[in-house]
Amino acid sequence: MLNVLYFARLRESLGRDTEKIELPPGVADVAGLTAWLRARGEAWERELAPGRSWRVAVNQDMARPESPVRDGDEVAFFPPVTGG
Amino acid sequence: MNDIARGELRNDGATVIRVQAEDFDVGVEIARLRAGNPRIGAVASFVGVCRDLNDGAAVAEMTLEHYPGMTEKALDGIAREARGRWDVIDIVIVHRVGPMRPTDQIVLVIATSAHRGEAFAACEFLMDYLKTRAPFWKKERTPAGDRWVDARATDDAAAERWS
Repeated sequence: MLNVLYFARLRESLGRDTEKIELPPGVADVAGLTAWLRARGEAWERELAPGRSWRVAVNQDMARPESPVRDGDEVAFFPPVTGG
Repeated sequence: MNDIARGELRNDGATVIRVQAEDFDVGVEIARLRAGNPRIGAVASFVGVCRDLNDGAAVAEMTLEHYPGMTEKALDGIAREARGRWDVIDIVIVHRVGPMRPTDQIVLVIATSAHRGEAFAACEFLMDYLKTRAPFWKKERTPAGDRWVDARATDDAAAERWS
């Protein structure tokens, strides 16, 4: 099971701040999980499109498309940060 | 300060990271660091403040959202990186979350060191990295409605200066 979190603009457009997802078959990295989420269509396809600005963290560390995703991981999707 | 009154000196530094809704007092934070530590010769601090105008729109209120857990982890990582680059004694990072209004303080960064060069550089580095790596997001309330603040390319450029 993955614990998936959404923040800021993504939390609002996707209509949720967290969800549990059974690791989909064949998904082994951030790029695979993102493609799987994008296949939900509508807001998912729009917000997680390659041209949009968003970031991913795995287990609270910034991740890249090729970063591995394993059962039990916490994966977060959010826009580029704007603190300070 | 009580520690000074008792004549106790300390020779160690500390890293203090706080994410909080409450306001902070720069004077109190600096006094706490300096109390009884005769190694400190320089204190550099930065305070980020909420403005009433951003990208051409009047801002009535701003809300800071963050990623609990990762925020503290990211700030701790940034502080460790600063310690690896400069001989600093103390690092303090206080970042507020929740609703804020123009003139409110948002963020405080303090670096102490024996000499000013290290404190100045570490303080600026900490802010530049915080702006691009710590998971905070600002949402502004303007006359045209609420809007999420977009990340700035100038912030990325500022952070890249240090790499």
